[in-house]
Amino acid sequence: MSFASIIIQLLNGLAAASSLFLVSAGLSLIFGVTRIVNFAHGSLYMLGLYGAYSLIEALGRTPLGFWSAVVVAALAVGLAGVLIEMLVLRRIYRAPELFQLLATFAVVLVIKDIALFVWGAEDLVGPRAPGLSMAVEILGKRIPAYDLLLIAIGPVVLGVLWLLLTRTRWGALVRAATQDREMVGALGVDQAKLFTSVFFVGSVLAGLGGALQIPREPANLDLDLSVIADAFVITVVGGLGSIGGAFLAAIIIGVAKAFCIGIGTVTWFGLEISFSKLTLVVEFLIMALVLVARPYGLLGKPQAVQRVAADPVPPLTAPSWSMALVWVMLLVGVPLVADRYVTILLTDIVCFALFAVSLHFIMGPAGMVSFGHAAYFGLGAYAAGLLFKRAGLPMEAALLVAPLCAGAFAVVYGWFCVRLSGVYLAMLTLAFAQISWSIVFQWDSVTGGSNGVFGIWPSAWLADKTTYYYLALACCGTGIAFLWRVLFSPFGFALRAGRDSPLRAEAIGIDLRGFQWAAFVLVGTLAGLAGSVYAFSKGSISPSTISIGQSTDGLIMVLLGGVETLTGPVVGAAIYTWLRDVVARHTEFWRAVMGGVILLIVLLFPQGLVGGLKALVFRWQERQA
Amino acid sequence: MSDAVLQVEGLHKAFGGVRAVADVSFAITAGEMLALIGPNGAGKSTCFNMLNGQLTPDAGIVRLAGRDIVGLRPRAVWRLGVGRTFQITATFVSLSVRENVQMALYSHAGRLRSLLQRFGAAFRPEADALLAQVGMLDQAERPCGVLAYGDLKRVELAMALANAPRLLLMDEPTAGMAPKERVALMELTAGLARARNIAVLFTEHDMDVVFSQADRIIVLDRGQLIAGGTPAEVRANANVRAVYLGSAH
Repeated sequence: MSFASIIIQLLNGLAAASSLFLVSAGLSLIFGVTRIVNFAHGSLYMLGLYGAYSLIEALGRTPLGFWSAVVVAALAVGLAGVLIEMLVLRRIYRAPELFQLLATFAVVLVIKDIALFVWGAEDLVGPRAPGLSMAVEILGKRIPAYDLLLIAIGPVVLGVLWLLLTRTRWGALVRAATQDREMVGALGVDQAKLFTSVFFVGSVLAGLGGALQIPREPANLDLDLSVIADAFVITVVGGLGSIGGAFLAAIIIGVAKAFCIGIGTVTWFGLEISFSKLTLVVEFLIMALVLVARPYGLLGKPQAVQRVAADPVPPLTAPSWSMALVWVMLLVGVPLVADRYVTILLTDIVCFALFAVSLHFIMGPAGMVSFGHAAYFGLGAYAAGLLFKRAGLPMEAALLVAPLCAGAFAVVYGWFCVRLSGVYLAMLTLAFAQISWSIVFQWDSVTGGSNGVFGIWPSAWLADKTTYYYLALACCGTGIAFLWRVLFSPFGFALRAGRDSPLRAEAIGIDLRGFQWAAFVLVGTLAGLAGSVYAFSKGSISPSTISIGQSTDGLIMVLLGGVETLTGPVVGAAIYTWLRDVVARHTEFWRAVMGGVILLIVLLFPQGLVGGLKALVFRWQERQA
Repeated sequence: MSDAVLQVEGLHKAFGGVRAVADVSFAITAGEMLALIGPNGAGKSTCFNMLNGQLTPDAGIVRLAGRDIVGLRPRAVWRLGVGRTFQITATFVSLSVRENVQMALYSHAGRLRSLLQRFGAAFRPEADALLAQVGMLDQAERPCGVLAYGDLKRVELAMALANAPRLLLMDEPTAGMAPKERVALMELTAGLARARNIAVLFTEHDMDVVFSQADRIIVLDRGQLIAGGTPAEVRANANVRAVYLGSAH
C-alpha cells in the first residue's frame, strides 16, 4: 500500500468512526445512568436514517433542507426515545435487569415494523449532501468533502458532550448517577426526570448518527441489529460508561475496518488472505482481544457499586418427573389427532424448547447471560448440513456428530467468556456469535454464503413428518431432561453457588471458572443438538439460524417464560414459536404484534409467564388460607 | 516456633505507592485465638487477604504448617486446611442453609464434578452435625437469602469448619451483630477451636470481644505491627494507648 492510499483509508475509517461514535456514546450514556442495556438503540439509529430521508424529500434537496432534515430527524428520534422511556422502561426500573432487556427487545420488534409500515421493505438511497457532493483531492486521491465534514463532527460532538458533562449541573448529576445511582436518589434528585433527559440526549445522538449517514448508506430494515452490534462492541471496547473510551474505540474500529477493505486480497507465502472479508469480523476480534487483556475495556472502570437492591434468586424447584411423563405422553399423542401442520409446528417448538432450556441453563442457574447463544444452535445446524452434504456422512451420523462440533466451538469461545462477567460477558458472547455468523455468511464455497445449504433431508425411514417429529421429541426431550437433571446434580449446584457468591465459591475450594467453562461446553453441545435436529427438519439452513435475531429469539423465549423457573423456557419457547407462526400467517406486521404482546407481558408479569402464574397461585392460596 | 500453624514473616503490600502493610511478622499456634486489631485503615483486611491468597504480597513469606503458600489461589489455600469467613457475609443465597454446608463438604471431598447424581443425598449427617455445633440446625431448610445477619455469620462458620481446617481466618466475625450475640459467637468459636485444636486469627472492632476471647493480641497501625502479647500486656502498652486514645494520653 502506498502512503497516499494509507492516508485515504485512514480518512475513510475516521469518517465511518464518527457515526459509530455518536451511537455508542448515546448507548454508553444511557447504560451508565439507567443500567439498561438498550437493544433498541440501533433501532433509534435506523429511525434517524429513515426520518432524515423522508424529511429531505419533503424539505427539498438544498443545503438548508438537508441540514434541517438531519437536525429535525435527530430531535424527533430523541422524542421517540423519551416516549420509550416514559411509556415502557420507567414502569419496570425496579424489575430484574434481564426483564428490562426483554422490554427493549420488544421495542426493537415494534420499531422494525413501524419502519416497514411507513417506509416499506425496499432499501432507500438518500441524496448526497447538497453543497458537499464534490470531492477534495488529497495526495492525488479524491475523497468526498462530506467525509471530511463527518471526520470533524466526531470530535466536535465529543467536545460538546464533555462540556455538558463537566460544566453543567445536569452533567454533574449524570456523572454522579453513573457512579452511584442510589446515592443520587437518596440526595433527593428527581430520578425520573434525570433518566428521561438522559434517554433524550442518548436517543438524539443515535438519531444524529443515523441521519448523518444518509449520503453514505441506504436506509434499510436490517440496520437496527447490525448497528446495535457495532455499538455494543464500541462501548465495550472503550469501557461502558466512558464517552472518551467510546470515541477511541470508534476510531480504532472504524480505521481497522477501512484498512481491511483497502488492503483487499493479499497473497502471503502462497496463501491468499482476503482482508475485505475480514471487515465483518475484525471489530469482534479486536473486542475479544481487548476484553481478555482489559476486562473493563480500554478506558472503563470496574462496574459501579450497586447496593443489593435485587431480591435474591428464589430456589429452583426440582422437576416433577411424573408431570413430565404426562406431558411426554400428551406430546406423543398429538400427531394421532392433529394434522400435518401441527406436527411440523410442534417439531419447531421442540427444537426451540431445547435451545431455550440450554440458554436458560447458562443464564439462569449458571449466572452467565449470553447474547450470542445462536452461535451454538447455528453451528450445530451448519455442522449437520455440511457433514451430510459435503462430508457425505449418513444423516443419522451427521445428526449426532454435529452437536459435538458445536461443543468444540463452545470449548474455544467459553474459554474466553468465563474470564468475564456481567454485561461484558454478554457482549463477548455476542461477539463470538457474530464472528461465527460472518464466517458462515462469507465462506460461499463451503457454507453457501447468504443462500445457505440446501437438500439436508433425513433418511427415508425418518422422512415422514410424524416420524421425524418423534425423533425430534426423543432427541430434544432427552436433552432437556438431561440438562434439568444436571441442574440438580453437584455440578449444577456448584454453578448456582458460583452465581450466588463467586467469592465464597472460591473460598471453599471451587474452581468456578472450570465449572463455568464446562457448563459452556455442555449447553453449547445441547444447543448444537437442537440446531442439528432443526436443520434436518427444515431441509435447508440459512445464516439466519446463527444471527443476532436468533439469539434474541432465544432470550425472549427464556425471559417470556421466566428465568427463575425450570419450565419457563419451555413454555416461553412454545408460546413464542406458536404465536409467531399464527400471527405471521395473518399479518405482515407480526413483529409489531409480538412486540406488543411482549410489552404487555413485561408490564403485567415482571417475573415472566410461569413466574407470574406462580405468584398468582400463591396469592390465591394465601387468600384461601 | 516449630509448632506454628501459620507463620508470617516480613509481609509487605503497597497499593499504587500507598503502603498498606509493611514488614508484618507473627505466628499462631494450634488451638490459639489470635486477635488482629487496629484502627480503621490500619491494613487488617489487606493482611487477611494476603493470608488466604486473595491478594499476593509484594514481599514476605506466609507458611502454613511449614509450607510456603504465597502465590496460591484462595481455593488452593482452602484445600490446605484454611477456613475463611468474610467481613460482609458471603453465602449462597438461593441455597438452603444445609445445602450451603453440604456444598463445602462436597467440595472438600472433591465430589462436585458429578453430573447425574442428585446433590444433597450425601453428607447430610455431616452437614447437620456442623449446623448443630453452630446452633443452626433448626433453620437447616431455610434459604440463606432470608436469614438474619447473625445467623448468616453462623452458617459461614459452619462452612469454614467443613474442611476440618487447622486455621480459621475470620474477618470481623461479629460485625453487624447485637453485642450479646457477638460474645456468644466468639465463645462458640473459641470452644470449637480448643476442642478441635484449630488456630483462629480474627480481626475485631469490639474490644469487649477481643479482650475477653483472645489468647493473644497483635496491634496493627498504618500497616505496621506496633504491639503484641497477652490481653493484659496489650492493654498496658503505651503505643497501643497512643494509637487508640491519641498521643496526648
